Amino acid sequence: MIKKLLLPFVVIVGFVGFIVYGRIKAAPRASVPATSASLMPTSAFVPVTTPTTSSTTTSSTAGSASTSAGQYKDGTYTGSVADAYYGNVQVQAVITNGAIADVQFLQYPSDNGNSANISQRSMPLLKAEAISTQSATVDIISGATQTSQAFQQSLTAALNQAS
Amino acid sequence: MRETRIIMGMPVTVEIVEKTDTDNTGVLTDCPIVMKEVFDYFVYVDEKFSTYKSTSEISAINTSKLAPADYSDDMKEIFMLAEKTKHETDGYFDIVNREGKYDPSGIVKGWAIWNAGKILRRRGVENFFVDAGGDVQTAGFKGGLKSGGKNGKGYGKGEKWSVGIADPFAKNYGGTAMTGAPSRVVKIIRVSGEGVATSGTAIRGQHIYNPHKKRDKKDDGIYDIVSLTVIGPNIYEADRFATAAFAMGKRGIEFIENLKDLEDGKKLEAYMIDKNGMAIMTSGFEKYVI
Repeated sequence: MIKKLLLPFVVIVGFVGFIVYGRIKAAPRASVPATSASLMPTSAFVPVTTPTTSSTTTSSTAGSASTSAGQYKDGTYTGSVADAYYGNVQVQAVITNGAIADVQFLQYPSDNGNSANISQRSMPLLKAEAISTQSATVDIISGATQTSQAFQQSLTAALNQAS
Repeated sequence: MRETRIIMGMPVTVEIVEKTDTDNTGVLTDCPIVMKEVFDYFVYVDEKFSTYKSTSEISAINTSKLAPADYSDDMKEIFMLAEKTKHETDGYFDIVNREGKYDPSGIVKGWAIWNAGKILRRRGVENFFVDAGGDVQTAGFKGGLKSGGKNGKGYGKGEKWSVGIADPFAKNYGGTAMTGAPSRVVKIIRVSGEGVATSGTAIRGQHIYNPHKKRDKKDDGIYDIVSLTVIGPNIYEADRFATAAFAMGKRGIEFIENLKDLEDGKKLEAYMIDKNGMAIMTSGFEKYVI
């Protein structure tokens, strides 16, 4: 069972790693011609240089003059559908001036905002959702304990003013 | 009445709904005496269990100045509870740290909050919360004071306590909600009587490690999880299992889902957030969500 779960995670982590790696590598080497083949995407993220047909896509399509000197060719790239164990994930990356300018999720588990049952998996009872931040007035905040010195100093100072 | 003090290196907040003390004419007043008793208890716990204090009992134990036979009753209880928890969590919960010293803070905090709640109940307080650094024991209902409450204490059935799960990607607030001020949260739950604890990586960095690994490694999976909130029948259960499940990495949520042997048959629920902002929750978690 663990293996079943691990594989999709490896795929996702691999993808994230690719993105991060891409960001790190792309920026400082922006003046270097895109000659390296070592950074070709992993199987989890196959940039299909799609002539973008989606009406919502505004980026330049592949085939246009990608004359930038960055790590990647400019364009909009759609990743393959990756199977996280809680659902499918698919992203679209926009490359501008040879660097990753934007990454958007085309598919995200329960991207309709509702949590979805994880079906046909080994943990059918667990539910997944993308978190959504809200600003709210509550009685108590439950979070990781904050005991850093800076935090204490700041809080103490604030409390001193308040008292 | 609500009061916050810095104890054990963190803000400890106690809110008591009832007016529990009487003035010299017998009229019920606010509750500074009970409040003080609770804070004094936290100070006592800190002085006994703090590994940062050279004068604490735990420091005496770690420097071999105290024989097991001479441990205090509270120390013996903590060691017993830690051993029980270690067994129940397949060794993921362990108060022996990398240096081979005892650091029971992972179990003392929840235990102390739980005991603070017991102090309040003994004093007749039935509606309160005790929050220490973002881990909380709730009881009864908040506010909504009405006359003619139970025993003439002047409270009615108010709302359940609202607990916000902190946005683990925001790093700008403490564990205690400021009265009336909005906070950045990713989920709001309502509880009455339960304990809520969150283990995470925010602010302090990685402070929980997998005891089964000699060194933290990226493939632990623990790095993929940034926050794990557990709702339990009380804060002691919630806190110790939140700590252990967080150390398990991604499969911590499964551990909570499958945990069955709690006292009185109650179940734990949990909400786990990974570094990509994806959350996974146990099957019964949503019943607490507003």
